[in-house]
Amino acid sequence: MTTEIAVQARNVSKTFDANSGDVIALEDVDLTVEAGEFVSLIGPSGCGKSTLLRVIADLETVTTGELEIFGKPARQARVDQDYGIAFQQAGLLPWRTVAGNMGLPLELHGVKKAARAARVAELAELVGLTDFVDSYPDQLSGGMQQRVAIARALAEQPRLLLMDEPFGALDEMTREYLQSELTRIAAETGAAVVFVTHSIPEAVFLSDRVVVMSPRPGRITDILVTGFGDGRGDALRESPEYFERVTAVREALHGSPVERANER
Amino acid sequence: MSATLPSWMRFAAPVGVGVIIVALWFLIVDVLHAAPRALPSPVAIIDELVIHSDIILEDMGITGSNALIGLLAGTLVAIVLAALAATARPIDGMLAPLVAAIAVVPIVAITPILNTMFGASSQFGREAVAAIAAFVPVFVNVLRGLRQTRPVHRDLLRASGASGLQTFRVLTLPTALPYLLTGLRIASSIAVIAALVAEYFGGPADGIGTAIASYAKSGHAALAFAYVAGGIVIGLVFFLVTSLLERIVTRRSPV
Repeated sequence: MTTEIAVQARNVSKTFDANSGDVIALEDVDLTVEAGEFVSLIGPSGCGKSTLLRVIADLETVTTGELEIFGKPARQARVDQDYGIAFQQAGLLPWRTVAGNMGLPLELHGVKKAARAARVAELAELVGLTDFVDSYPDQLSGGMQQRVAIARALAEQPRLLLMDEPFGALDEMTREYLQSELTRIAAETGAAVVFVTHSIPEAVFLSDRVVVMSPRPGRITDILVTGFGDGRGDALRESPEYFERVTAVREALHGSPVERANER
Repeated sequence: MSATLPSWMRFAAPVGVGVIIVALWFLIVDVLHAAPRALPSPVAIIDELVIHSDIILEDMGITGSNALIGLLAGTLVAIVLAALAATARPIDGMLAPLVAAIAVVPIVAITPILNTMFGASSQFGREAVAAIAAFVPVFVNVLRGLRQTRPVHRDLLRASGASGLQTFRVLTLPTALPYLLTGLRIASSIAVIAALVAEYFGGPADGIGTAIASYAKSGHAALAFAYVAGGIVIGLVFFLVTSLLERIVTRRSPV
C-alpha cells in the first residue's frame, strides 16, 4: 500500500486576538502524519499542542499556512467525518445511555436504527462495555466514561483519531490500562492517531513518533522516533529501550541533557 | 439534622404539625369560644366542604382551568421569546427591558384594566393575568438554560459535523429542559395565585376568588374558608405535578 498522508501541515501559524495584544499560539509548524501512524504532541502548557490538534479538527482555523487532512482542506475533512475526536473531559451527554452516546455521530448522519444498533454493539465490544450499554454516564467510573468517548470517536470508522489529553484526568492505574487498550484499538482499526499529552511516559509508550513542542511562540522543536513497532505489551514499560526513549524525550523537552539520579 | 431524619418522620412531622394546628384551632373556637365571629370552627368548614362540594368543585374547575391556560400560554410565549433572545444578541437586548418591565408590573394593578377590556362575560382577562404572571419565571429560566451548553459538548457537535438545527435538538434543548421545568414549577404557583386574585377585580361571577369574596362579605365565613381550602388544593396540584415533571427530567445528573 502506498503511504497515504493523514495530516499534512505546512508553515501553519495561529494567532489569537486578546485584549492585551495578539497571542501567537502556533508559529511555522510543519508536521506530516502518515496513515496508520501514532503521533504524540508533547510540551509544557501554552506550547500550542492542543491548538494544533484543534486546528487539525477544524475547531479553530489557521491564521496562515496550509493544512490538509487526507488531501482535503480541514473544513471538508470535518464535514466528511474523516476523523473522530476525544477530549480530556469525556463530554458524554448525561441524558443519553452509553449506547445513545456511542451512536450519536451515526445518528447525526442519518444512519438507520438497525445499522446503528449493530455498530454500537461492535463498539461496546471493542472497548469492553457490552454489559453497560443501557447505563447512564453518571453510573460509570471516569475510566469507563472515557472508554465510551473513545468508542464514540471510533463510531464512523475514521481513518484518523484526534485525542486531546484523553487520559489526563484519570488515575495512574486506569491510565496505564487505557493506554494498553488504545494501542490495541489503534492496531485493530488501523487508524492514524494524533495524541496530545503532557506525560512523557505516556507519549513514549503509545507513539511511533513523539513531537516535542515549546511555548511562546508555540512551535515544534524536535521529533523523536520510538521504533517500538507493534511490540507494545506491558513488558515494554520495564524495558531499557523504553527508559532510553523517555530520557531522550525529557532531554528534548528541557533542551539539554538531564542528569539521572541513578542508573537502575 | 434533616439529613439524619428517618423517612417516616419526613411524612409524620408535617402531618403532626397540621394535626396540632387544627386541634388548637378547634380548642380556641369550639371549646373556649375565644375567637372572633369571622373565624369559623374547623368542623363547620369541613361540613361546608362536604355539603357544597359540587359548587366548590365547579368553581375550582373555573379557576384551575384559567390558571392552566394562562400557565401554558405564558410558558409557550416565554419559550419562543427566550429561544429568539438566545439566538440573537440584538433580540436579547430588545427583550431584556420589556421583560424587566413585565416582571415589576404589580399584577393587581393591571387586572381591573384587563377585566374591563375583555368584558364581564369573558374569562380571557383572568387567563391573560395568569399568563403574564407565568411568563417571567419561565422566560428567565429558559434563557439561562439555553446558555448552559458546555464547550466540550459544543466542540463535539461541531467536530461531528452537526447542523445548527441538530445541535439545537441534540444538545441545546435537552440542556435547557431542566431549567424550563424549574421555571414551570415556579410559574405554576404564581399562575394559580394570579388567576385567583384576578377574580377579585371583576369578570364573570364564578371561580374560587369570586366565591371567597362574596361569601366572606355576606357572613358565610365557614363556606368562604371551604373555598380557600379548594384554592389550596388547586395550588398544591399544580405544584406537585410540575415538581414531579421537574424531578423526572433532572434525574440524570451531569458528569
